[in-house]
Amino acid sequence: MARVLRTLVAYGEAFDAERLVPVTSEYGHTVISFGLGVMKPVYELYDRILSDNAISRQPFSADPRPLDKKNVPANLLQNLVFDFMYSQQKRYEEQVKKFGIMNDDAYTCTCYLPQVGNTPKRGDILSWAESSAVVYANSVLGARCNRNSGMIELMGSIAGLIPEFGLLTDDGRKADWVVELRTSSLPDAQLFGSAVGMRVLEKVPYVKGLDKYLGSELTEKACAYLKDFGAATASNGSVGLYHIEHLTPEAVDFGESLIREDAPVYVVDDAEIERVKNSYPCIWKDLNAKPKLCFMGCPHMTLSQLIEWTLRVEEALEEAQQKRVVIPTVFTAAPAVLKAFEDTEYYNRLKRTGITVSSICPLMYMNNPLVKKEPIITSSNKLRTYSSARFYPEAEILKKITGLSR
Amino acid sequence: MKRTFQGRVVTAGTVTAEALVSHGGFNTLASFQGPMLTGDKKLKCSDQNNPDLYQKSMIGKAICLPETIGSTTGGMALYTVCASGMSPACLLFSKHIDSLAAAGAVLADIWTDTNMPVVDKLGEEFLNYVKDGMTVEVKENGIVEVSDD
Repeated sequence: MARVLRTLVAYGEAFDAERLVPVTSEYGHTVISFGLGVMKPVYELYDRILSDNAISRQPFSADPRPLDKKNVPANLLQNLVFDFMYSQQKRYEEQVKKFGIMNDDAYTCTCYLPQVGNTPKRGDILSWAESSAVVYANSVLGARCNRNSGMIELMGSIAGLIPEFGLLTDDGRKADWVVELRTSSLPDAQLFGSAVGMRVLEKVPYVKGLDKYLGSELTEKACAYLKDFGAATASNGSVGLYHIEHLTPEAVDFGESLIREDAPVYVVDDAEIERVKNSYPCIWKDLNAKPKLCFMGCPHMTLSQLIEWTLRVEEALEEAQQKRVVIPTVFTAAPAVLKAFEDTEYYNRLKRTGITVSSICPLMYMNNPLVKKEPIITSSNKLRTYSSARFYPEAEILKKITGLSR
Repeated sequence: MKRTFQGRVVTAGTVTAEALVSHGGFNTLASFQGPMLTGDKKLKCSDQNNPDLYQKSMIGKAICLPETIGSTTGGMALYTVCASGMSPACLLFSKHIDSLAAAGAVLADIWTDTNMPVVDKLGEEFLNYVKDGMTVEVKENGIVEVSDD
């Protein structure tokens, strides 16, 4: 336990933090959800901590599990590699049970969704990791959390303390950049987020012009858009907080007074979105290969996204005169969200289109060297960044999976 | 020719190594996940979005970078390569260190026997000057000497 505290103090000293402050949220969240054989040093360290009876002071959720052999296609060889790669999965899940995970279903990157139940309150101090969850909690919910690394976040939950610096302070939450959106329509969330992330890197952007399309209320649709936008800012750059004018809580309360003096302006128009989209490298050997799989839901989809996409796929299939999708497609969402989805009429309707649902982490699936060679497409800019998956904006993905683009 | 830069010590140590320079943000997870998963002992950078480092060996090198970017498994990935004896020689940041790299550096320093000095705030001029293959000497007090011989 002393070494855990020493780690947190040294972490804070790197940012001139003057003190440790109490973690005030009800729940924590850890980015580590996988028992990778190559990460044995992490599990050995966790065994050392557990042997000192140091467990988490707060229950916590974790990122999605890496495997779902029932719902996500993989051949025999790929499955053998999965078993080898994730040889520590059982050991790790036993460890998180001892540390205090919320429940067996608490494996998702969208822990903040109401169905999951780990939704921090505005002003809560968090010890979380998972870049997409941290940026959402800070920006949309108004909680306070730094972009902590995996391991550090669990140490914060164990100690009940986290160093005070950066996004935990009022000054650290001020906007360093102004982003002016001047596109002719609502841009793809993942492309817009990517553009912003690559430009501002770790800084805080204040976005003007998005409320024109999303409105001034945090509706389910707006929140789903911001989830995907934020994930792209965090993975294509390292944004931990953004403000959306007239929409996110601090921007509503404080307006332009959040913007630092002389903050540079980044204009995003249709040409800039196109430039960013065309800048992505693709490491497929055959750029014309027919996609073998499509992933949507990195970060995990919301209930409203699952319903909306069921309708969009049905409509596109009808237009393409197809009954089922022409590329095997997996939609991913939190276990609790999928349970809620199963209770709606849309679940069976989506099944009839040939799309499967899963709570897997697509990124962990793509880590398999045999899977990496497959032509897999995605609408997720995060998945594109960390894997060989090829990115297409949502509108193009819809055409591809339904056969409309043939 | 030799030039000297003064930075701030994040984790102390001394080392002399060959420079490997990333002018863009260094995505820790994307860079390390390939070699970690394949057991690549040369620690070849697997981040296809980083034209400076992609496919270059990072083990034992002085990684010179502005900052790290990307997802929050970054610190854990850095800790793992250090604990597995596959670490870079040192990390030299032109800017203030970010929270993920700081976490990885601190975890490696406190929980492993690795000697991987980390120095930040070396300034933009440092990153403009240092080139791949130059010799970098890191001293205990945060002084970094770069020579092109």
